[in-house]
Amino acid sequence: MSSTTVSASSGFRLPRWAIPAGATIGFVAAYVIFRGTATLPHDDEAPQFLAVTDLREWIDDHRNDNPFFLYFLNYIRLGVGALHTLFQTVLYALGWPGITGVMGALAWLAGGWRTGLLALAGVSAFGVLGLWQSSVDTLALVGVAVLLSLVIGIPVGVWAGLSARVRRTVTPVLDVMQIMPTFAYLAPLALFFHIGAPAGAIATMIYAIPPAIRITALAVAQVSPTAVEASTSLGATRWQTLFKVHLPLARSTMALAVNQTIMMALSMVVIANLISAPGLGGDIIRGLSRAQVGIMLPAGVAIVVMAVVLDRMTLATARKDPRARTRRTDLAVAGALAAAGLALIPVLPAVWPENVTIDVVAPVNDAVRWAEENWYAVTTGIKDVTTYALLNPLESLLTSAPWWLVALAALILAWRVSGVRAALTALACLLAIALLGVWEHTMQTLTTVTVAVLVTLVIGLLLGVAAARAPRFSAIQRPLLDAAQTMPAFVYLLPALALFGTTRFTAIFASVIYAVPPVVRLVEDGIKGVPPTVVEAAVAAGSTPGQLLWKVQLPMARRAILLAANQGIVMTLAMVVIGGLVGAGALGYDVVSGFSQRTDFGMGFVAGVATVLLGVMLDRITQGADRRTSPRKRKMS
Amino acid sequence: MGDSPDSAAITVEGLWKIFGSGAQKVLAGDDRNLDPVALREKTGCTAAVRDVSFEVRPGEVFVVMGLSGSGKSTLVRCLTRLIEPSAGEVRIDGEDVRAASPARLREIRRHQVSMVFQHFGLLPHRKVIDNVAYGLEIQGVPRQERHARAAEILSLVGLDGYAGSFPDQLSGGMQQRVGLARALAVDPQVMLFDEPFSALDPLIRRDMQAEVIRLHREVGKTMVFITHDLSEALKLGERIAIMRAGAIVQLGTAEELVGAPADDYVADFVRDVPRSHVLTLRWICRAPEPGDPLDGPELPAATPVKDAVAVASASSLPIKVVADGELAGVVDRDDLLAFLAGQDPHSVRANA
Amino acid sequence: MKIRLLAGILVLGLSAVGCGGATVDTSTTSSAPAAGSSASAEPAGTVKIAINPWVGYEASAHVVAYLLRNELGYNVELPEIKEQLSWEGFETGDVDVIIENWGHPDLKEQFIEQKKVAVEAGSTGNKGVIGWYIPKWMADEHPDITDSKNLNKYADLFKTSESGDKGQLLFGDPSYVSNEEALIKNLKLNYKVVVGGSEAALIKSAQQAQAQKKPLLFYFWDPHWLFSQTELIRVNLPPYTEGCDADPKKVACDYPEMDLDKIVSKKFADTGGKAYELVKNFNWTNEDQNAVADDMTNKGMSGEEAAKKWVEANTAKWQAWIPK
Ligand SMILES: Nc1ncnc2c1ncn2[C@@H]1O[C@H](COP(=O)(O)OP(=O)(O)OP(=O)(O)O)[C@@H](O)[C@H]1O
Ligand SMILES: [Mg+2]
Repeated sequence: MSSTTVSASSGFRLPRWAIPAGATIGFVAAYVIFRGTATLPHDDEAPQFLAVTDLREWIDDHRNDNPFFLYFLNYIRLGVGALHTLFQTVLYALGWPGITGVMGALAWLAGGWRTGLLALAGVSAFGVLGLWQSSVDTLALVGVAVLLSLVIGIPVGVWAGLSARVRRTVTPVLDVMQIMPTFAYLAPLALFFHIGAPAGAIATMIYAIPPAIRITALAVAQVSPTAVEASTSLGATRWQTLFKVHLPLARSTMALAVNQTIMMALSMVVIANLISAPGLGGDIIRGLSRAQVGIMLPAGVAIVVMAVVLDRMTLATARKDPRARTRRTDLAVAGALAAAGLALIPVLPAVWPENVTIDVVAPVNDAVRWAEENWYAVTTGIKDVTTYALLNPLESLLTSAPWWLVALAALILAWRVSGVRAALTALACLLAIALLGVWEHTMQTLTTVTVAVLVTLVIGLLLGVAAARAPRFSAIQRPLLDAAQTMPAFVYLLPALALFGTTRFTAIFASVIYAVPPVVRLVEDGIKGVPPTVVEAAVAAGSTPGQLLWKVQLPMARRAILLAANQGIVMTLAMVVIGGLVGAGALGYDVVSGFSQRTDFGMGFVAGVATVLLGVMLDRITQGADRRTSPRKRKMS
Repeated sequence: MGDSPDSAAITVEGLWKIFGSGAQKVLAGDDRNLDPVALREKTGCTAAVRDVSFEVRPGEVFVVMGLSGSGKSTLVRCLTRLIEPSAGEVRIDGEDVRAASPARLREIRRHQVSMVFQHFGLLPHRKVIDNVAYGLEIQGVPRQERHARAAEILSLVGLDGYAGSFPDQLSGGMQQRVGLARALAVDPQVMLFDEPFSALDPLIRRDMQAEVIRLHREVGKTMVFITHDLSEALKLGERIAIMRAGAIVQLGTAEELVGAPADDYVADFVRDVPRSHVLTLRWICRAPEPGDPLDGPELPAATPVKDAVAVASASSLPIKVVADGELAGVVDRDDLLAFLAGQDPHSVRANA
Repeated sequence: MKIRLLAGILVLGLSAVGCGGATVDTSTTSSAPAAGSSASAEPAGTVKIAINPWVGYEASAHVVAYLLRNELGYNVELPEIKEQLSWEGFETGDVDVIIENWGHPDLKEQFIEQKKVAVEAGSTGNKGVIGWYIPKWMADEHPDITDSKNLNKYADLFKTSESGDKGQLLFGDPSYVSNEEALIKNLKLNYKVVVGGSEAALIKSAQQAQAQKKPLLFYFWDPHWLFSQTELIRVNLPPYTEGCDADPKKVACDYPEMDLDKIVSKKFADTGGKAYELVKNFNWTNEDQNAVADDMTNKGMSGEEAAKKWVEANTAKWQAWIPK
């Protein structure tokens, strides 16, 4: 209202693009004038890094005599380690017949014959792929991590569900935990818990706990307040109401929490190999460091299979009607499966017999080699065009601009898009990054992320719009997206590495495949969520399909699209950092390097922190956007 | 317990409930006298119950009525501190509820007062019988015993044969019967109903009202019944309290409310009530004038006006209205016609 | 109930470590359940040989693992752990043996001298040297390029999309022993280190560089099977003198030739029995290692197959390592 009256009374009206254009010109001018000044070039020996490295040395020297370690942290490590050994011992003792039988039986009970057979096939697949040992190790690690996540997450979640105050305290912490790229956890963990399976389990737990808490809280908060009140009115104590009303009513939603926790754990457990946690991660990392897709692929497939089996099992449990009695035949079959498995333990060898494995390493490597040779021109072309046309110019822009100019630009952008609060948070993050001494690398990572996000959004919008408009296309695409979202992030490095070698573009390619599915989904749902009456009205008014899309559907799906952008950015960042393993350089590489060179520990640690700050900044800049319905509204208030 | 000075089942005095932080400050100052809208604008607090006092006699059905948002639910929840009152006194069977310890409060809720809710509040994961037995279960009554009791109550509310069903397999009316049974199962002295039938369709609602009347006759509980439906209030209530913006504006029998509304709000409320059904002859009779023949038919003062019409049409003589064996007044045909036509001689007189 | 459980675990933990708190290595070292224990032969124990990320190392590890399994009846685990983390593994019990160690005097000082969790177990017999290499055709075309003083002259040749306006020096796995950044700085070279991320990336680039006559300057090391397939020329950095690499920030000289050696955990040295003896006795030549590594990389053999092939062909050599 203010804008129209003001411009009407002054009788002069700036065109809408004038202010942004003016700002852009201002920034370009400032860049041209100040370029090359106040840059913050990277220094491997920055005092901040050295301080952290020294701290690590100190901790290493006092790990066994400092009381905090001796009586606290080491006990945690020890307890988790003992739990892991327990899981491992049980799984090893079961051997493949036992594990197959028991998993099959559990799955059969959870979801009937389909799930049961799926589990049998899935577990056998570990053996057939020749990865029995690693798979069992991974299973043990996931088991420990999920158990711990639930043991901690469910009580906290219940508490948060019961008390709005707790919920308000916990939510921002969980928010940050969820945008924290997985890599960032590892260095501090190694610092406190050393390396190995216990540290890996703890890292995985930290990554997997947010959904456990969040979904449990949601489930408990959703419980019908009348039912709770009725229970209280009859004189039930809090505990009675909790156990007789809240928990039973929240049960099926809480099963989803378990499901999500398992999925998160599976995607983290691979990365935990960087701090020497055992399992399939080892095979994937070995494949990466040998650039052999043939080694990585089976391990990737095994992880996906494990994810699918556990996903179906827990989902089936969640969807199960709690009142339906398990059918007697199902019980019988499950019992028979478990009994057969257990009975066969002494008879059959504990590890999968080697002659029933298929060796895919050589054929896959050959196929990849073929693809490399034949597509070399194309893939190199794509890579070089993107690198020279987008990556390098943007990177040199960001690294040669004065840091204050970049900070100012971020401030103004965040302010415009998400308001004052977000702008200040973004600024604070950038300043902290500058102080940490990783400015240049952050700008490089930001470049890679920006390019990847652009590509992700373009592809995501195209596919999402296509799916929203063509139901048949959507029907084909959905299951693919489902599968893509079940896969641990790491797996996406495979095809990227095969096609593009170790470069920044590889990370971009991997993050695009990683982030596109949720973006497509959000866009599709957003467009489909436009009320049919509105669409009808527009069609009745004679809109062409194109007009309908541009003038009605896309603007009305704005919220969903912005949310998609936000999601895309967070996911891309996580992946770009992992890309440090395959040549993406910058922060991701610093983190990797921090794990592998003791002298670089400080740099890696700081880079991890900077990654988190970068994530918070990008999240805040874009997050406000989806809370606002239209840019006008804010002007009025 | 029984040594209370009054013999009321429930006594409420000067009860306040103010939602929002700073409630105590509002109560301490002059802001308490502001009307709710002004109060909310000034302090952000909502005064849901404002200085309410009343008594409920043992065995009585006490109805609280008012428009949506007038504070009825809040009031009834304050009685057992499901919502903590901000100020005032609540006594149940003479015992000061506000002073009760958490454990004592639970005892009161377990044994003395139970409640029926508008949206039933049944536990979907439990069978009907276990829903009904829930109150006994949390008291620690052994399974067999509580199931026996629950089955008894189920047949009392007419749900024989549904013990093994789940709530969502029942119709709305049946679900509320389960809610009723659950409240009855603990054998309380007082039952609170918060608009128990407003989610039901009219026919079922009528059945359920009849059910409550029947139960009241059979088990003789004290009942506090919240409703925003006037005809329901008139049908069930011995006495009715009308609430507006958190305060009680009038408390009395149906006849008093219809016959002498305290203000326009109440008058508005009762406007559409068929007055001849509610008001009795006591309300319209007049002192016999000289020349009125006093040998006409005789009717008790508590006869509803509508029932007098047939008598009046049979006899042209004025009807003698008798209360406690004495003549209270007379009503003739003209009086009746004038009343039915809407010119209420009494209220005209009262207003003058 | 839960509390009792917790208390139980605590008591267990306390009794496991005495009452002096928990140290890092109190974990269940080497007692990880024996996988693959077929009912017949009880394994003599489990040996954990870290696998560092280059194929020559793996060749050695697989041969030793093969002998431990098949001659001495041990269980062998081969966890993928990078060089420096492997040393920490001695402390946590995740690693028993590093079968090929490249120098690392600082780590020796820390873990052998100070923490006393590791001990040296003798030379592997391999001589190792790290250096900067170019494909032979470049040396043929520009004879003076092999002197590091002239590298700046040719920096333009080595430019790539990843190195911007500087020349590219391709590096391998982030965990490798490296003086590259310091060398570039101290020799004032107009080059940028680009991390290929793995040995494989180095090999592939080297092969392409020679076959397609592409310029390439890269970090590499000997012993390596690649030298028998592709002709590579070493660039001469200022020669190594004793102690010139003492301060990692000030290094301005070439890498020294190293006697590669074996490091084992103290615990393994004390309790490893015959397995430790075998590891200590293990000693072979660069040619031996290259043969096995070549089989693993280029003949499509798994580590175990390649080890088996070598063992079958070289009985006399390994017989000498087996403890009596
Ligand atoms: N928990 C609460 N916090 C704040 N305000 C509340 C709360 N509960 C009720 N109120 C406010 O108190 C006032 C009275 O609410 P109450 O639910 O008692 O009304 P009601 O008469 O039962 O209405 P209805 O017929 O719609 O059930 C309303 O203005 C409501 O907004
Ligand atoms: Mg209400």
